[in-house]
Amino acid sequence: MSDLEQFRQQTRAWLEENCPQSMRVPVKGFEDFYSGGRKPEITHPDQKLWCDRMAARGWTVPHWPKAYGGGGLNNEEVKILSQEMARIGARRALDSFGISMLGPALLHFGSEEQKLEHLPKIVRGEIRWCQGYSEPNAGSDLASLATKAEDKGDHYVINGQKIWTSYADKCDWIFCLVRTDNSGSKHEGISFVLFDMDQPGVTVRPIKLISGSSPFCETFFDNAIADKRNLVGEAGNGWTIAKYLLTHEREMISGFGAAAKKSMGQMAVEAIGTDTSGRLANSVLRQTIAQYQLDTLVFGATMARVGDEAKAGQGLGAASSIFKYYGTELNKRRNELNLAVCGEQALGWEGEEYHSGALSRDWLRSKGNSIEGGTSEVQLNIIAKRVLGLPDA
Amino acid sequence: MALVLNEEQVMLKESAAGFLAQKASVAQLRALRDSGDERGFSAAVWQDMAEMGWAGIAIPEEFGGLGYGYTGLGLVLEQAGRNLSATPLQSTVLVAATVIAELGSEQQKQALLPAIAAGGKIVSLALQEGAHHAPLQCALSAEPQGDGYVLNGEKVLVLDASAADTFIVIARTAGAPGDEQGLSAFLVDANSAGLTVQRRSMVDSRNAGALTLANVRVPASDVLGEPGAAWGGLIRALDIANIGLAAELLGVSLEAFERTVGYLKERKQFGRVIGSFQGLQHRAAELFAELELARSIVLQALHAIDAGEQDLSLLASAAKAKLCEVAQRATNEAIQMHGGIGMTDEHEIGFFIKRARVVQHLFGDYNYHLDRFAQRNGF
Ligand SMILES: Cc1cc2nc3c(=O)[nH]c(=O)nc-3n(C[C@H](O)[C@H](O)[C@H](O)COP(=O)(O)OP(=O)(O)OC[C@H]3O[C@@H](n4cnc5c(N)ncnc54)[C@H](O)[C@@H]3O)c2cc1C
Repeated sequence: MSDLEQFRQQTRAWLEENCPQSMRVPVKGFEDFYSGGRKPEITHPDQKLWCDRMAARGWTVPHWPKAYGGGGLNNEEVKILSQEMARIGARRALDSFGISMLGPALLHFGSEEQKLEHLPKIVRGEIRWCQGYSEPNAGSDLASLATKAEDKGDHYVINGQKIWTSYADKCDWIFCLVRTDNSGSKHEGISFVLFDMDQPGVTVRPIKLISGSSPFCETFFDNAIADKRNLVGEAGNGWTIAKYLLTHEREMISGFGAAAKKSMGQMAVEAIGTDTSGRLANSVLRQTIAQYQLDTLVFGATMARVGDEAKAGQGLGAASSIFKYYGTELNKRRNELNLAVCGEQALGWEGEEYHSGALSRDWLRSKGNSIEGGTSEVQLNIIAKRVLGLPDA
Repeated sequence: MALVLNEEQVMLKESAAGFLAQKASVAQLRALRDSGDERGFSAAVWQDMAEMGWAGIAIPEEFGGLGYGYTGLGLVLEQAGRNLSATPLQSTVLVAATVIAELGSEQQKQALLPAIAAGGKIVSLALQEGAHHAPLQCALSAEPQGDGYVLNGEKVLVLDASAADTFIVIARTAGAPGDEQGLSAFLVDANSAGLTVQRRSMVDSRNAGALTLANVRVPASDVLGEPGAAWGGLIRALDIANIGLAAELLGVSLEAFERTVGYLKERKQFGRVIGSFQGLQHRAAELFAELELARSIVLQALHAIDAGEQDLSLLASAAKAKLCEVAQRATNEAIQMHGGIGMTDEHEIGFFIKRARVVQHLFGDYNYHLDRFAQRNGF
């Protein structure tokens, strides 16, 4: 038996034994993902058990090095693990901005001390992180951010305001862009710091979304303190780190909604019926769904191709911008189609018969996908300028 | 009829705009939503509107209405769309009164239309049974018994159901789903024994309801028009309803668009207003062109009703399909161009996308009406 085959057998056996039955059913929505932290949100008691078991092997983040608490698996092994998890319908044990955003940035730019300090806690789901980038006047123009960090020798004193900080009220630490220097161009003088949110100088106020939930917040800093040991990279070099992290965020967002259980066409046939030759009874909808399914297929193929090319050491320029743009627009189309296919069922807001408005709320939430992590327009600007080399107006 | 508004219509449009902005605005809708209001609209505001004649605006003068025709009603509906006014204008005036006018006997019209015009009666059509608009598939059964009928079945998406005094229930006295013959319209009192009204909260913060009819007895005198022969009048009423909803969607779209253009002129990023970016300018300009086209088809369709055109089906499906398309685009662009703030409940722009999708769906969405448009064009 090859090593990989052996790995598969062992993984399969371990998962069979250790994945609770309750974690083998699909998540019901965003709030069903487990993100850990000091004040974890639990929708099922087995979530923490499942996370702890996986974390003990480093499998909550299987591709990170063992030295930092990860699983130390190579690409093939990671693939096998996810195939074996998919085989039994196992949920991801832990989902967090620490895994998808901060971790990659720390692995790339963090000091050894920072990696040893923060990464294992991410793997174990002990500390939950939020992203402090956007400000009221610094959205698409992120580099004009104004939150100020004053150098006090061994620490910074931070004053200012962030906005749209997802899960700030549920998170423990923040990775935050602050201005440490005002003298140069706006891209200079930005620093990337980490600090604990549980301190008197930090206040958060949840903001309600059009979908009715309050996943994001306004975050205020009034003499908040960040230890200088938690400055990542050099002072003034935060923009480079911020951009690197954004490429990871964009890949994550582009994958939202990718895992639909039943095909849209199948759902439509069940809801609307067919003509005598088996075609969807409504020919307009039939074409729209066909286009959507086609684009989903080619998008998947593109993700796979770029992934393989990246492993082979090649890279498509601005791939993350293409993914972010296309993936989120696709997810918005999918949600609009849900409305067209499910009709009245998708227009409910409350009540059992509408599953508490799951479809309408998901649809509304999806509108944010092409805004968060850099808007679609910003992605198109990046492609036009950096990839195509088109000049400014 | 020229595609322009006459003086009287311009005045009507302006007074509706002024009144609704003050009395039935987005802020009022939000307040109704947040207080969990059972009926979903303000009875006092509705009474004021009735006093101005809007509850009877398209009802002929002989039945106590203003006799301004559907062009007049369309103008008020457009303003209701702009303000997202929560009133029974759609359920009672646009839909129910039209069904009664199309199907009812002289006596039934005399009994109902003046009461509607005076704002004293809320009436709502109970048609849809599944997730989609499919009037021909109607299956709710009406069995003859004694001097009347016994109704059994369920309805969904009945507008203003929790406030309605009377429902017009479409049921089968003969035939099978798919047959035009055998459909009948029944007047069913909201307090009838065996009728259960379940209030449902919808994404647009307006109320709709589900009806369950368990052996509901209806006297033969409460069949609107001839038993088994409702199809022709019903389908014409639905065509008119869809034209009225297209007028509402026009208002929703125009308002969402204008607010968005306002924001493009105000919000600054990269040291300039975002409206200076050509990528956004072109999209706004394209949408403006689409909205101008939308205005024309709505007005043409409204005029066709008032001109008494026999077959409205082509124009009705054209107007509804076009306005569904434009409303979807206008409301999606509105959120996107507002950025993060557009995703918040605190901002009003999100209310427009929510209302738009419900109106789009009512009595057939884009896919339904574009398909029907193709059929009516013979392919
Ligand atoms: C659901 C959600 C979650 C979020 N979570 C976080 C988070 O956790 N942390 C965080 O820091 N931020 C977060 N954000 C904020 C997000 O990154 C910003 O909303 C986004 O970058 C846009 O900024 P803005 O909202 O200020 O919009 P603006 O920048 O004001 O944009 C308004 C409109 O103008 C367009 N525009 C701007 N500039 C140009 C241009 N040059 N050319 C063409 N069009 C342009 C935009 O594309 C948009 O359509 C979140 C946002 C959402 C919606």
